[in-house]
Amino acid sequence: QVRLVVPMAVVFGPGSVPRDLPRPLPFRDVQEMEISVNVRTSVTSRYEMHYRSTTPREEAALAAVTAREADAALHPLQDTTMGSLTMYVVPETSSLLPQGINVYVGKHRSALVRAVGSLAALQARLREVTQVMSFTASSIAAALSDRVPSGQLSPDARRYLKSSLGYEITFSLLNPDPKSHTVDWDIEGAVNRYVKPVLDKLSLVANFSVDSQILYYAVLGVTPRYDKESSSFLLSAHSLPHVINPVEARLGSSAASLYPVLNFLLYVPERSHSPLYIQDKDGAPVSTNAFHSPRWGGIMVYNVEAPASPQASLPLHVNVDMARVMEVFLAQLRLLFGLSREEVPPEFLLENPGNEGLADWELDHLLWAHTVENIATVSTTLTSLAQLLDKIGNIVIKDDVASEVYRAVASVQSAVTKLSLGHLHAAFQASKEAVTSSERAFFDPSLLHLLYFPDDQKFAIYIPLFLPMAVPILLSLAKIVRETRLRKKEPTKMD
Amino acid sequence: LQDQAEQFLRSGHTNNWAVLVCTSRFWFNYRHVANTLSVYRSVKRLGIPDSHIVLMLADDMACNPRNPKPATVFSHKNMELNVYGDDVEVDYRSYEVTVENFLRVLTGRIPPSTPRSKRLLSDDRSNILIYMTGHGGNGFLKFQDSEEITNVELADAFEQMWQKRRYNELLFIIDTCQGASMYERFYSPNIMALASSQVGEDSLSHQPDLGIGVHLMDRYTFYVLEFLEEIHPASQTNMNDLFQVCPKSLCVSTPGHRTDLFQRDPQNVLITDFFGSVRKVEITTETLPLDRDVAAFESKFPEEELATEPLKYAEQLPVAQIIHQKPKQKDWHPPGGFILGLWALIIMVFFKTYGIKHMKHVF
Repeated sequence: QVRLVVPMAVVFGPGSVPRDLPRPLPFRDVQEMEISVNVRTSVTSRYEMHYRSTTPREEAALAAVTAREADAALHPLQDTTMGSLTMYVVPETSSLLPQGINVYVGKHRSALVRAVGSLAALQARLREVTQVMSFTASSIAAALSDRVPSGQLSPDARRYLKSSLGYEITFSLLNPDPKSHTVDWDIEGAVNRYVKPVLDKLSLVANFSVDSQILYYAVLGVTPRYDKESSSFLLSAHSLPHVINPVEARLGSSAASLYPVLNFLLYVPERSHSPLYIQDKDGAPVSTNAFHSPRWGGIMVYNVEAPASPQASLPLHVNVDMARVMEVFLAQLRLLFGLSREEVPPEFLLENPGNEGLADWELDHLLWAHTVENIATVSTTLTSLAQLLDKIGNIVIKDDVASEVYRAVASVQSAVTKLSLGHLHAAFQASKEAVTSSERAFFDPSLLHLLYFPDDQKFAIYIPLFLPMAVPILLSLAKIVRETRLRKKEPTKMD
Repeated sequence: LQDQAEQFLRSGHTNNWAVLVCTSRFWFNYRHVANTLSVYRSVKRLGIPDSHIVLMLADDMACNPRNPKPATVFSHKNMELNVYGDDVEVDYRSYEVTVENFLRVLTGRIPPSTPRSKRLLSDDRSNILIYMTGHGGNGFLKFQDSEEITNVELADAFEQMWQKRRYNELLFIIDTCQGASMYERFYSPNIMALASSQVGEDSLSHQPDLGIGVHLMDRYTFYVLEFLEEIHPASQTNMNDLFQVCPKSLCVSTPGHRTDLFQRDPQNVLITDFFGSVRKVEITTETLPLDRDVAAFESKFPEEELATEPLKYAEQLPVAQIIHQKPKQKDWHPPGGFILGLWALIIMVFFKTYGIKHMKHVF
């Protein structure tokens, strides 16, 4: 049974302590909740809460003017192990949080929560905060998607990237009209300045490798419509699925590694189809001019302004604004991983993570989901391997396959133990090792059992071989037996 | 609410793969290669890229010395459609098409040195199309004239794929004699199967071409190709129409299908769910605000330059060591029980029948 333990500290600032505390501060409390995935599988979530009041230094930090400054000042005073959360409760009338906002979630692993009258109401609000900052029942169910009975989970729930040991990111610039546009993009600089910080933060989750390419004369598969009102070309939402395929063949993703590939394409439309806008389902142009496909990547359309004078010499030199492009691509990268900020209740204010790309609690969110997914994958793999070996007795298990299986079992047990102790990082590393070992054991080339030998084939092969040979042998045996019997009788007959 | 209803009828896959296998060699089996290439062509036209297609052809017809029209493979004697095309990418060719390689591709138990183009890298959201053609019989399919794959092995391979969630839904099409016997033993969920003939019936070929000298295509696949030529990536034709392709009047054999393992109603399954590659897209509405005035980033985990020795071409293999290696001593094992018993029986019978005095000739 998997138990997910989240160590939490709830710190009451001056004037925010609810009146109906069961015991005086500080005290500890535990809340357990069961997330049931199917009839046999369930995951227990356990929040170990430590209620205490602020230390003088924390009080000084909470006296800041804005929530962001308070959060920055509180950061060095917190427990920053992965998976843990700290909530600071500020008085109801505090001006630290803007009007109408009840919760401020910072960049790290802390939140500022506005006090409510009773402890029960405060706990309800704290539960909401933990749901946002660690995991929800649906995010765990999505991670264990292959165990959920298929009627219950909508097809869209399994759209985030599966947990993998590494990912390959490819940035491609598509220039279908090099005669009109000479496009320059400083991709190396952009990767170094904007992408590397994000990937660095995500490097705990997996290995990332980045490459880039420029493709000429690569066209979209769809002809955009000309709209007279806006004098621009429009791509409607339902033609977008057909855009990707003609391009994919030229992307060369088969040459990349065995890891899942994420493609980010920047398309500069032809002179004759400029400007090109993407329309959403309601017909409104999309502000980012970009769309993404789950588990594949994203495409952004970069429009080039028409030259001032119609006699301007072609080709036009285009310098791509990489910051604007990377803002969209990195947002798409977050969405592909499932880090969306859209389902947050309206009275929450989430701090912008800045160039790091994701907040610490979002990283934790990913780690929870991936750890649970890894553990489920390992147990399914090892169970099916055991069933396979039971069914086909002839398969020989090599020593290294056996040792990989032992290692996988040990690692997954260690991962489950560490999860129940609240050590998220160690649990994640153990689960990664478990997945590597179990995949290596399951997909070992020596485990291929080829010979299916049904009984009627056994008869058909051996009988024509042995029956003619056996006939004289059996007859001779019968003769021998008869002779022996006769000889036994004879001494009594002869005198 | 309609959106939700739509969601449950849709397939829920994010990528498509195709494994197309032609199992027979020799020039007179031209039609099997033409079958496979016509499915390959349709699948590419409808959007599945080469990186997601594993094409296995047991023999080369286009460049066969007996081909009067080299570099072409035609599907009909009017020579309108050259299914070989300009950009065929064959992943397993000639003698590499074996039962073992086929099962390795399906189950993923591939040696680590296999290139990416020869692997089926599907995941739990992949819809896979598997098309097989060749000579077959009741419960088996012949590979390369020397081995066969049975329906039980195939069903077990699919079960191994399901255990590892290597597919979301699988469409299995087979065009051989008695093809329906190959899908009788499937027991894994989410598999739909089509075959060109029932057990006891032969699948017949289409017309021969007198110029090329062989039969160009099999009837079932010929009519399937005709059907698929009408499909374009946005079409809404469903599987029920594919089941109607090639009725007995045209095909002489009775095509069969099996949908009991499949969860969705074939009415709601689009042809492009398996033959094409229509991706789900979402509009990107969020951006990540970036601070533009940032200097070059110092990574927390600087890449270490591994000090490697320069490799010399001539020293890749320890040649001297290999050619002077003594052959490995194989351990001698005494003969097993069955052989011993057989020989003992034969010797005993011989000497009993002919008398013991012959023993001295032996010793």
